[in-house]
This record gives sequence, structure tokens and C-alpha cells, in this order.
Amino acid sequence: METYLLILVSTVFVNNIVLVKILGLCPFMGVSKKLEPAIGMGLATTFVLTLASGASYLINEYLLGSELFYLRTLSFIVVIAAVVQFTEMFLHKMFPLLYQVLGIYLPLITTNCAVLGIPLLNVQARHDFVESLFFGLGGALGFSMILIVFAGMRERLEGADVPAPFRGTAIAMVTAGFMSLAFMGFSGLVK
Amino acid sequence: MINAIVVMGGLSLFLGLVLGFAAVRFKVEASPLVDKIDAILPQTQCGQCGYPGCRPYAEAIARGEADINRCPPGGEEGVRKLAELLGVEPKPLNAAHGVVKPKSVAVIDEKLCIGCTLCIQACPVDAIVGAAKQMHTVIASECTGCELCMPACPVDCIRMVPVQEDITTWKWKYPVIPLKAA
Repeated sequence: METYLLILVSTVFVNNIVLVKILGLCPFMGVSKKLEPAIGMGLATTFVLTLASGASYLINEYLLGSELFYLRTLSFIVVIAAVVQFTEMFLHKMFPLLYQVLGIYLPLITTNCAVLGIPLLNVQARHDFVESLFFGLGGALGFSMILIVFAGMRERLEGADVPAPFRGTAIAMVTAGFMSLAFMGFSGLVK
Repeated sequence: MINAIVVMGGLSLFLGLVLGFAAVRFKVEASPLVDKIDAILPQTQCGQCGYPGCRPYAEAIARGEADINRCPPGGEEGVRKLAELLGVEPKPLNAAHGVVKPKSVAVIDEKLCIGCTLCIQACPVDAIVGAAKQMHTVIASECTGCELCMPACPVDCIRMVPVQEDITTWKWKYPVIPLKAA
């Protein structure tokens, strides 16, 4: 139980996948202009990441074993693509408005390096099944949290007096850099 | 080697089955005809077709009640697109529903406006800003030129101003040379 709590805290704050591991920047920059799609994207990525983490662990452990290690990246990508396609079909039917709002960014979750990175990190850290699930869940929660916070900040920045050369993406990048710096403060949190 | 092929093949097969099942379970109907017709209509919401907006007119066309040549803001181009969508012959615009006018926006003469809010209630796209006894003004970017505000104004202070083409709105003109049989 303690391990799982530790994994959650560490993936959400100390080793945040967006700000500390610098993974998953595409949706971070692309979907964070407004708050609504950012929340939706965070939820979709959480769903995909948790499923993908669990599925990748099972595949790595039982299908690939120790001899077919070279198929790891290939099979992970195949599983992630299938999970994303499943999520897209699910959202199209159940939440059509969210599907329309997210648009092209939904299939782009497949190419989100965080969604491939977390299963690979799971393999590297030799987590077991439940630990992998928690690692995926925690990573995705951290991703969603940062996405929502960043979207809120960008909405505020729209109304702020930003110098002309910095308007738009430039000030967003600067803000992301500052957020990353701030998250370095968490580095001593877990002994 | 064979092991790798079997593993990848098996994995792909399994995932394919899961996705196939999901495709059936989460099937979404394709865009219905009304949406496609509504996408062609100009969204002026002027009511010149006789229906209270573009969506009701689209629904009437889909039911087969209304003809496709009742929309002057859509112009001949709109009639042609509707004919193409529905697979019927395009016909000239029905003059009983109005004539094609150049794209204009409404402008309120502020010296005459008395702040009665009657034009605000008449505007179908909520393009007029104002309150009782306060100055009213038209937001030019929202105005569709439907002219529904003009008869509503008791002091007749609204006039239609044609939209001037400037560098940001200029578009290539469709060729209007009629092809005559030799």
C-alpha cells in the first residue's frame, strides 16, 4: 500500500512526466489553449495510459518473455494504437461533443511519447502488474493536472499585457519553462 | 524467428478482433441529411424563405415540403449546391422570397437612436448591443445582413451599408461568363 502511494506521489509531483521528464509535450502545447478541451484531453490520456500500462505489462511478461525483447517497442506501439482507436470509437459514441472538440488530438495520443514512455519506464524499473497500473495512472494524473493548470494560465495570458514579440506560443513556452523550474522544488520530497 | 512471427501475428489478430467488436458496438450513424443541408445554407437566419431560420428550412427541404430555391442570401450558388446534394435540377431563385442583394451590414444612426431595444429583440443572431435608454450599436462582424431590424425600429435609424472588400476579405471571383451554345 505504501509503495503504491509512493508511486503516485512520485509520478504526479517529483517525476512529473511533462515538466520533469519532458514527455508528452505535443498535447501539452496543442490542447492547452482552452480549459474545456484540456480537461477532456487529460481524461482521455488517463484512460489510454492506464489501459496501455496494464496491457503492455501483460504483453511484456507473458507474450515476449525474455527472448523476444526486441519486439517490445513494436508490440507496445501496436497495443497503444489499438487502445487509442478503441477510445476514439468510445468517445465518438458516448461523448460526441468532446470528440468534436478534441478533433485531431485524439488519434495523436498514439504518438504521444509519454504514452509509449511510461510502459517502457515500467519495464526498465521492473514494476509488477499493480505497480505498472499505478505508475501509468499516476503519470496520467500528473499529465492531466499540468495540462489543466497550463490551460488555465494560458487563458489568463490571453488577457494580459504581453509584449508583441512574445504573444501566443512564445509566452506559452516561457511559462512552461518556469513551471518546469518550479517543479524542481519537489525533487527532495521523497527520500 | 518463428516465435516472433507467431507472437506478433497473434497479438495483431487479437487486437483486430477487439477493434472489430468495438466498431460494431460503438457504431455512430453518419451525418443525417438535415445537417448536410444546413451546412450549405448561409446561416443568415433572415426568414426570407418563409421558415423561422436556416435550420427549420433545412428540415423542410429534407422532408420534401420546401423547394430549394427560396434562399436569396445563399444566391444562385447556394441553389446549385443544394441541387447537387439532393440530386435534383437546379432552378432559378424564386423572386417571391426576395432578390439577391450585395452583402451588407446594418448600421444604427446614433443621433436618431432612442434606446427602445426593439431592434435587439428582432435580431436573430444577437448582433446588436444595447439596453433600455442606452445607445444601441450593431456588431459588424456578427451582423448577417438579414434586415429584420429595419422594420422594427420606430425612428427608422437603421440603414444597410454594403460591406467593402478590403485586403483581408478579398476572394477570387467565380467566372460569371455564361457559356453560350455556338
